[in-house]
Amino acid sequence: MLRLQVNGVERQVNEDIAADTPLLWVLREHLGLLGPKFGCGAGYCGACTVHLDGLPVRSCSVRAEAAVGKKVTTIEGLAKSDGTLHPLQQAWIDHDVPQCGYCQAGQIMSAAALLAQTPKPTDAEIDSAMAGNLCRCGTYVRIRAAIHDAAGRVAGKAGK
Amino acid sequence: MSAGLPVDVPAGHLLAQQAIDQVEATEGGSVFVQRLSRRHFLRVTGMAGTGLVLAMAVRGAGAAAKPAARGRAEMGSFIPNAFLRIAPDGTITLVNKGPEIGQGIKTTFPMILAEELDADWARVRIEQAPVKPEVYGGQGAGGSRSVPANWDLLRRAGATGRAMLVAAAAQRWKVPVAECTTGPSVVLHAASGRKLGFGALAVAAAKLPVPAPETLVFKTRAEYRILGKPKGGVDNRLVVTGAPLFGIDQVLPGLLHAVYVKCPVYMGTATSANLDEVKRLPGVRDAFITNGNPVGDAPPAVVIVAESTWAAFSARRALKVEWNEGRGALDDWERFRARAQELGRQAAGEQSLVQSGDVVAAERAGAQTISAYYELPFASHAPLEPQNTTAWMRDDGVEIWSPSQMADVGRATVAKMLGLPVEKVIVHQTRVGGGFGRRLMNDYMAEAVVVAQRVQGPVKVLWTREDDLAHDYYRVGAFHALRGTLDAQGRLMAWQDHFISFSADGQKAVSGGDLPVDELPIPLLPNVRVTQTLLPLVTRCGPWRAPRSNTIAFAVQGFLQELAAAAQRDYRDFLLGIMGEPRWLVPGNQRSLNTGRAAAVIRLAAEKGGWGRAMPPGRGLGLAFHFSHAGHFAEVAEVSVSASKQLTVHRVTVAADIGPVLNPSGALHQIQGSVIDGLSTMAALEITLAAGHVTQRNFGDYPPLRMPNAPLVDVHFIEPDYPPTGTGEPALPPLAPAVAHAIFAATGDRVRTLPLTRSGYRLASPTAAGDREA
Repeated sequence: MLRLQVNGVERQVNEDIAADTPLLWVLREHLGLLGPKFGCGAGYCGACTVHLDGLPVRSCSVRAEAAVGKKVTTIEGLAKSDGTLHPLQQAWIDHDVPQCGYCQAGQIMSAAALLAQTPKPTDAEIDSAMAGNLCRCGTYVRIRAAIHDAAGRVAGKAGK
Repeated sequence: MSAGLPVDVPAGHLLAQQAIDQVEATEGGSVFVQRLSRRHFLRVTGMAGTGLVLAMAVRGAGAAAKPAARGRAEMGSFIPNAFLRIAPDGTITLVNKGPEIGQGIKTTFPMILAEELDADWARVRIEQAPVKPEVYGGQGAGGSRSVPANWDLLRRAGATGRAMLVAAAAQRWKVPVAECTTGPSVVLHAASGRKLGFGALAVAAAKLPVPAPETLVFKTRAEYRILGKPKGGVDNRLVVTGAPLFGIDQVLPGLLHAVYVKCPVYMGTATSANLDEVKRLPGVRDAFITNGNPVGDAPPAVVIVAESTWAAFSARRALKVEWNEGRGALDDWERFRARAQELGRQAAGEQSLVQSGDVVAAERAGAQTISAYYELPFASHAPLEPQNTTAWMRDDGVEIWSPSQMADVGRATVAKMLGLPVEKVIVHQTRVGGGFGRRLMNDYMAEAVVVAQRVQGPVKVLWTREDDLAHDYYRVGAFHALRGTLDAQGRLMAWQDHFISFSADGQKAVSGGDLPVDELPIPLLPNVRVTQTLLPLVTRCGPWRAPRSNTIAFAVQGFLQELAAAAQRDYRDFLLGIMGEPRWLVPGNQRSLNTGRAAAVIRLAAEKGGWGRAMPPGRGLGLAFHFSHAGHFAEVAEVSVSASKQLTVHRVTVAADIGPVLNPSGALHQIQGSVIDGLSTMAALEITLAAGHVTQRNFGDYPPLRMPNAPLVDVHFIEPDYPPTGTGEPALPPLAPAVAHAIFAATGDRVRTLPLTRSGYRLASPTAAGDREA
């Protein structure tokens, strides 16, 4: 049995699972959180990105056990409970970022971790934070614009 | 070398050829309509005119095309056809018939419907159609054909609804129809100042006769409220909140999870496996060897069925299989390259494709003749969502959830596999995590059906990334041995291409590996000799974004650039010279190349890209043009190259003519994406076969372009008043030759082999060059 704190809620996995089960598959198949995606299973693509205590990790390459005692945040937990989107999610909509959309949950989670650390990132800082997230459709131009936009909104709010 | 005895051609090649044929047959109608029986054909085309679900309303009456057919009401809603539903409370539901694969069709199709219906875009609901080509016509997405093939159909569907709503209002107000107009979701009578919402007219409209198609009046472009304005993807909110939209996200009670382990060599068979051992592993329900099913190209395999994906993946690591690799083990990239190079020294290949004028005489008469040899590798699609399908066999049929690009064909294929009538195969179209042509094939659907036949309850077959790279329908590699002759004025007189490609049957090229005889510059020159030699291949190939064009453009444009340089002429002027006077290449066919449209995009790209301006050392501009999928595209790339061959692509300027742009945000997306896909592929991507095994395993050794290396993409549209054409593909082919041309301008190095890593180039980030902050 495994206890995890996911998106602010204590969750319990009752099924017997192998000790090496990656966090990704526990989230997807035991906790019903299908936002984190399987893309490569080896940490190359970033589609499975979630936060562990606020830091972005590739959940395909982290054992679920390693998340015990830490705060897990997935894309499903990024918006406020009243449905207000995270500024990045809103910026993603405003800039019409998604094409197929498969990578975007991971992209947004990486960007959210970046903005939490660096509220007004430079392009070089965006490059470095986002280089681990592949987008096969090539939406990079808009991802960058949306991050800058969301950063402006967050910074704007903080300044008020 | 190709002239072998007839051999067993693996099913994958036949299906891939069918896929590309079907996609290309999608002209002004739908794939399925063309393949339906005559009785069906009449019915569906008749309906396509008046509105499809009318057919459902009158089904059984046997005369679906009856002009006096009535509208259909259901739960009080007005349902003029399969694409529209208007409820009395004013809720307007638009049905999207196509698969959303990232090309934006779930937004664009409803935009067309809403425009002609004159619906308020901000308040429409969009619904995904069931996979029922007998109702909707073809439901695949390929060949950049979705828009051109459905433009009239969807406009008619929308305009039919609008005409009936207007008629209902005119009746109620007792005024002539001609005095009524529409605004967003309302009918207006200007003279009396009256207006009624569509919802208030729904019940009355449903009782009216459906107008004949020839009576419908479409809006002019100037009247558009929706088309031509950028609209965001209709499911964006669901995407950014992580909603379960994709094939891989489908969950059913009691769902089991399977891996379908194929031989590393295509069509290799399993002779034995440690099944008993695997079956004892935790969470494993079953393990078995299957011959697969050639009808759907499900190859022979070992299948493991488990309670969870991780249990299946873990058991797979313990699986030991003896494979009989078969003939595919002869496929070997280094051997192919060596053989092609040898063949390329011969002026002509085994088969003649085009012979016009006299190239030998032209060489004698010309001022100079040059030659060059171009080589492009196999490539993989690698869509980010790994192949998967969930299937549930029941006594009365099968139900399937699949991220397919051509689920209509998949459904028919499954029916054939199982010997079931097609009505017994229910296919749910999920959102698709990237297509690029890969999911025109339905092999993963066939695999799931093979597994589902052995399993009680629903089962999901999921591939790993390693499976995906090892079992693609690859973009086939290509070799061109080219010769060109220039006259004393530096004009191109003669063109020769010995094209070396691949064949599965010894007769014709594999899917995506043929050279159309109308490729530029063939039809524009007096003296042409194009021949081909086909190397035998077992590994399956298929349509990859801009099939054929994605290799042809690099060789043809590259060599034309060389000829221009040999003639000491500016490439822009050289290209414009080849185009000559404005004309359609196929008179009367607006999907053929128009030299005037070509010249216009070449001029525009050159102007916007700063063509001809002086560049500092190590920096250069490149220009290329390619026509495909009825789209005219010219691109200018600006690059710099360091002494250590660090290649920075600063900016790509695109001039595009796809006719009127329906959704500027979507079209821009496709062009930005195509440019990045093109750069990604030319820079570092190749699939190499070693004794039939694909060498590349994951994104570590098959590394698509990442964010730091993405260039700025500057797009300019020319929008003449021809019917709109598709834009998922035609921006990709000119990218590679434009970048190669720019590398030459920067360094003097002529790149004729891809990917660029073969010549030592590595992509660098334009951010570091300071481009972004500027």
